[in-house]
Amino acid sequence: MPYLLLATIKTIIVVAILMHVLAYLQWIERKVIAHVQLRVGPRRVGPHGLLQPLADVIKLVTKEDMLPSHVNKVFYFLAPFVAVMFALIPMCLIPFGGDIRVFGIHTTMQVTDLNIGILAVLGLSGLGVYGVALAGWASNNKYSLMGGLRSSAQMISYELPMALSIASPLLILNTLSFREIVDKQSFFYFGFLPNWSIFHSPFPQILAFLIFLIAGFAETNRVPFDLPEAENELVAGFHTEYSSMKFASFFMAEYANMVTVSSVATLLFLGGWQPPFPQQYGSWLIPPVIFAISGLICFYHAANPARPFDRYTLPVFGVIFLGIAGVFLIPAVQPILLPLFWFSAKTGAILFVFIWVRATLPRFRYDQLMRFAWLFLFPVALVNLFATGLAVALTAK
Amino acid sequence: MPPLPFTGPTPLSWYLILSAILFGLGVAGFLFRRNLITVFMSIELMLNAVNLSFIAFSYKLNQNDGHIFSFFVMVVAAAEAAVGLAIILTVFKNRQTLEIDEVSSLKN
Amino acid sequence: MDQILFLIFAAIAVICAINLVLQTHPISSALSLIGVMGALAVLYLLLGGEFIAAAQLIVYAGAIMVLFVFVIMLLNAGAEQKVKRRVWTRWSGAPLLLGFVGLMAYVVQVLLPPSSGIRFGSFLQGGPQTIGTRLFTAYLLPFEITSILILIAIIGAIVLARKEID
Repeated sequence: MPYLLLATIKTIIVVAILMHVLAYLQWIERKVIAHVQLRVGPRRVGPHGLLQPLADVIKLVTKEDMLPSHVNKVFYFLAPFVAVMFALIPMCLIPFGGDIRVFGIHTTMQVTDLNIGILAVLGLSGLGVYGVALAGWASNNKYSLMGGLRSSAQMISYELPMALSIASPLLILNTLSFREIVDKQSFFYFGFLPNWSIFHSPFPQILAFLIFLIAGFAETNRVPFDLPEAENELVAGFHTEYSSMKFASFFMAEYANMVTVSSVATLLFLGGWQPPFPQQYGSWLIPPVIFAISGLICFYHAANPARPFDRYTLPVFGVIFLGIAGVFLIPAVQPILLPLFWFSAKTGAILFVFIWVRATLPRFRYDQLMRFAWLFLFPVALVNLFATGLAVALTAK
Repeated sequence: MPPLPFTGPTPLSWYLILSAILFGLGVAGFLFRRNLITVFMSIELMLNAVNLSFIAFSYKLNQNDGHIFSFFVMVVAAAEAAVGLAIILTVFKNRQTLEIDEVSSLKN
Repeated sequence: MDQILFLIFAAIAVICAINLVLQTHPISSALSLIGVMGALAVLYLLLGGEFIAAAQLIVYAGAIMVLFVFVIMLLNAGAEQKVKRRVWTRWSGAPLLLGFVGLMAYVVQVLLPPSSGIRFGSFLQGGPQTIGTRLFTAYLLPFEITSILILIAIIGAIVLARKEID
């Protein structure tokens, strides 16, 4: 099959799935934060609020798209465009699974495999700073400008510990291409312990993983580092003059950045799509068992419903979950679905940590935030890099 | 069937002509503009044009020394940008202007 | 395909460079320079320099230009004023520039016959592994000296930009 046609089909599939994931990530966030705060979250639009993202999309699209008279028009139109573009492009470099055969076509579950993959992701997400800075400038008032500049300064300050914490496992893995990074983590110690980067032999990269996650929180402007956004909810902000679809594109860019950071953390530190123990010990049984248990729990709660319409909607969900568990048992689709399940499970766990931290921690003040980056995270990342380099040099053959 | 136009490899001279055009535009910006920051950006444009020349010649000679030289040019440009912008900030703090015709008190 | 890609991105680079020279407000010039750097990164990829293309995006377009954009936004000095120039200076700029560039283009064409062209994918030494090995073996001394240069630049920038304590 010609390369261009195959790449187009893969791009269409990735874009379709990514748009749905971004919309439902917001639903998951609202539900999780609500349950942490002992309330329920969206529940009116569709069963358990599942159609809430659709309602939000309809609201945002049909809102009046105004153009204030005092803004700089070229930059006003350019800023959300730039923010979304540099948030979505890294998704085409990220592999979701291994080699697969579909209808006789041998391909990989990745739109394109650059041999400088992780360097390109670092560069492209560094260019996302311009969306925020331009939005602050275009709005033509002092508070927006200050908010935009603070947010951009925070993003570029945390790029340094992020880059250093990426360099440490790369010293051991010795390659920059994402596919090879995951393939080198596929070995099992003693036959059953996984060889992920956080358990690697010369120097386990746990510290690098934590630094990468903290820097990832700051890069995506999430709590506890979202002072430029949150203070500005009260006063003004870099997206205060934006309405409807332009505002939606800034938030889509934020969620896409979250998904990119979680995916890179999974690929680099947690072994990508590799299962935690080998296939012959039964790791192919875990997905069907998890889905089957969820289906049975749905049936149990449908029998004694907490809300009146649960009697009708929960059995439907139970049947869907049992169906998915059955699909995982078909051997023909297992090579496609099992790596995808492990990748999604690990990325989903990190995204859950993002949402959990947002519900739990208070936010930093701006000077505390910058001091934390330059006086704590950067030296710790440097020390980690030195220790890893020393370990690799001492154990080199 | 005659070959279609614009298929086939690009000649090396095209890259060097592009580098010359960008360098010439950098020189023009440096000489004609009066804002300090724009003058500084024209210098960066000249450095980029020179980088393109380095990489094009490195392809022709089939060595990667040009890439390494270009890397060093980038690093030096970064250091120069940092110090130059600090100087521009100090000039603005003291003179409240960024036009090069007005910071000329040492002239004559 | 090589030629079409080269012509598209060369056109983008030249248009952004002309925009840099002609715009009055420095922020528009800064964004045009970022466009030039992006187009040049693609041209480096066409020439087989993958590491240099990534370094251009990370270092030049992602760090140096952010510094420029910050300074322009913080100083907020405004657009340039138009200045009265004599007629012959105003109209001799562009033709002289075209003459200079045309002369250089002619010299280049004469010295370098179009014997073999540039094909995408035939230069294999531009990857990060080869460049890293050379950087740490043959070019180690310039590497270390450059790191000291960056240290000097950091110290200089901090000293110049801090508030004066009276």
